[in-house]
Amino acid sequence: MRSTSVYLSGRKQKLIVLFALLFLLFLTFIYALNSGSYHLPFDRIFTILYQSVTNPGLLESTPSEKIVVIDFRLPRVLLAILTGISLAIAGCVMQALLRNPLVSPFTLGLSSAASFGAAMAIVFGGSIMPFIPPEFQNGVIILCAFLLGWLSILLIYGISRMKGSSSATLILAGVVIGYIFTAGVMILKYLTNDEKLREITLWLMGGMWGANWGAVVIVAPITLLCFLYLESLAWDLNTLSAGDDVAKNLGVNVNGLRIKGLLISTLAASACLAFTGIIGFIGLMGPHIGRMLIGNDNRYLIPCSALLGGLILLISDTAARTIMDPIEIPVGVIMYVIGGIFFMFLILRGKHRVIT
Amino acid sequence: MTLTIEKLSVKYGPVQILHEISFSHVKGEVLCIIGPNGSGKSTLIKTLAGILDPCEGTITLDKRDVSEISRNEVAKRIGYVPQDFQYLTSSTVLEAVILGRRPHVQWSLTRHDLAKVDTAMEMLNITSMAEKMLTEVSGGERQRVFIARAIAQEPDYFLFDEPTSALDIRHQIDVFQMIKNIAGSKNRSVLVAVHDLNFAYHYADRVILLDEGKIVSMGTVDEVMTEDNIISVYGVPMQFIKTDAGRYVLPDWKKAEERIPARPVNVM
Repeated sequence: MRSTSVYLSGRKQKLIVLFALLFLLFLTFIYALNSGSYHLPFDRIFTILYQSVTNPGLLESTPSEKIVVIDFRLPRVLLAILTGISLAIAGCVMQALLRNPLVSPFTLGLSSAASFGAAMAIVFGGSIMPFIPPEFQNGVIILCAFLLGWLSILLIYGISRMKGSSSATLILAGVVIGYIFTAGVMILKYLTNDEKLREITLWLMGGMWGANWGAVVIVAPITLLCFLYLESLAWDLNTLSAGDDVAKNLGVNVNGLRIKGLLISTLAASACLAFTGIIGFIGLMGPHIGRMLIGNDNRYLIPCSALLGGLILLISDTAARTIMDPIEIPVGVIMYVIGGIFFMFLILRGKHRVIT
Repeated sequence: MTLTIEKLSVKYGPVQILHEISFSHVKGEVLCIIGPNGSGKSTLIKTLAGILDPCEGTITLDKRDVSEISRNEVAKRIGYVPQDFQYLTSSTVLEAVILGRRPHVQWSLTRHDLAKVDTAMEMLNITSMAEKMLTEVSGGERQRVFIARAIAQEPDYFLFDEPTSALDIRHQIDVFQMIKNIAGSKNRSVLVAVHDLNFAYHYADRVILLDEGKIVSMGTVDEVMTEDNIISVYGVPMQFIKTDAGRYVLPDWKKAEERIPARPVNVM
């Protein structure tokens, strides 16, 4: 019975960690809504949020508060959380699928491909998508980044169909595709004018500048559905940790799982990257901290990574817009600094878990 | 309860590894597969475990073709213990054993599942190391963890792919005692690919001798492990010794070294 009690007490601790992270995310959410040049008492934030749901008409009496909290900060905070969640679950699932802790949406070429899509849209403007009206030029960047992000994973899928879907093949294919798209971005940067070069560079740095309710309405359902789907694969992802052979013997369709998992995690990541630009390290940091906290069981690790991803990106974005207020730093820059320090810590710390 | 293999052929790309293998495997027996490197032992085990697809032939479980049974159902009937330990490097012993319940659970482990995991771990005497990382246990203990995982899977047929290849003699005997116990007291069927002929000689109820993907001989130990068969397949003269302490297969060193002359090696 000892192993049963070890399992049950471990599960209890994991659930406590998940609820603690959820609570922490909620506190950070409220703090972030109140951060910025326009200060409000905390209770006023709750009132505004409550009224916006129950009686939006009441908010019209304080239009500046409504604009700041509901129209500007809330969509930005939500987009930061959703992006953090998406990138972290994508990283977590890709690492499990390919049994490689260093895999992330970056390693598999997704970010480079999305960058190329965005750079193309910035350089060539609406001419590459003439069916989109000129007033929605920003939409062209979003659509191109999203489509190219997907194209990268479809290319990897194509290669896996020809050469098999072993993790080595997929990682190698991803790295190569990443380099090819990076070359494309470099050529576009080299050929374009200074104004567009600046725009591309800003996009590549990543940030929540593009946050609005439209983005949240598109990203939220995609993130939620992808999360639920990937969570449903958790047991199969666990079996992959014992190797492809054991997973197959345990009844898992390994090739199908790899392809489905990669497609859905790419969908989650590319939908967010399209709106925010390149934001690195979340796909690595979320799952790594999650593993240190609650171990490898993907049933708990995926939600744990999601909460950590949302939390880290929200804290980083809040810092990015308040640290040098009124000047805003791209959140991607902050993530690189935090990520670099974190991985140095990881190297020095070694492999230890909080909960076994 | 019978696992029947009929005219099974397997290819790796254009290269045919197994040629029309046919045999039946019944409950309660330890069936050892022997043969030199490259004879197709691991390929046969992996094909029966559902890891490789045959290009021809059928595998039937109690008269039902496995290709017509769902993966999950087959997983409940056939368990597999691999020969290498390169995976699960960041899992605990308990997590590794729990994986065996995958074919039986949807999402959450029930008390019944946990009881099965408990029993498997107690059988293999690894309960005390439940929280240890797999990287922290010895090779012999790790092999027991993998066997416990297969037991937690509750299959009727156990497939072992050279389970003792990385173990010292004490742990080799330990593993084969467990294998014999699984087949005998648990009334399950065990198919073991094995390199060490002594273990086949001592533990097998029946033996299949493979060479170049074909069955050379199949039957009891005495029928298959004859001097002629072993010499023709391995190219090494052997001596078969029976004493009160057990049965042994030993190379006839003098004749063997005459047959296999030393190659000149230039050490740079």
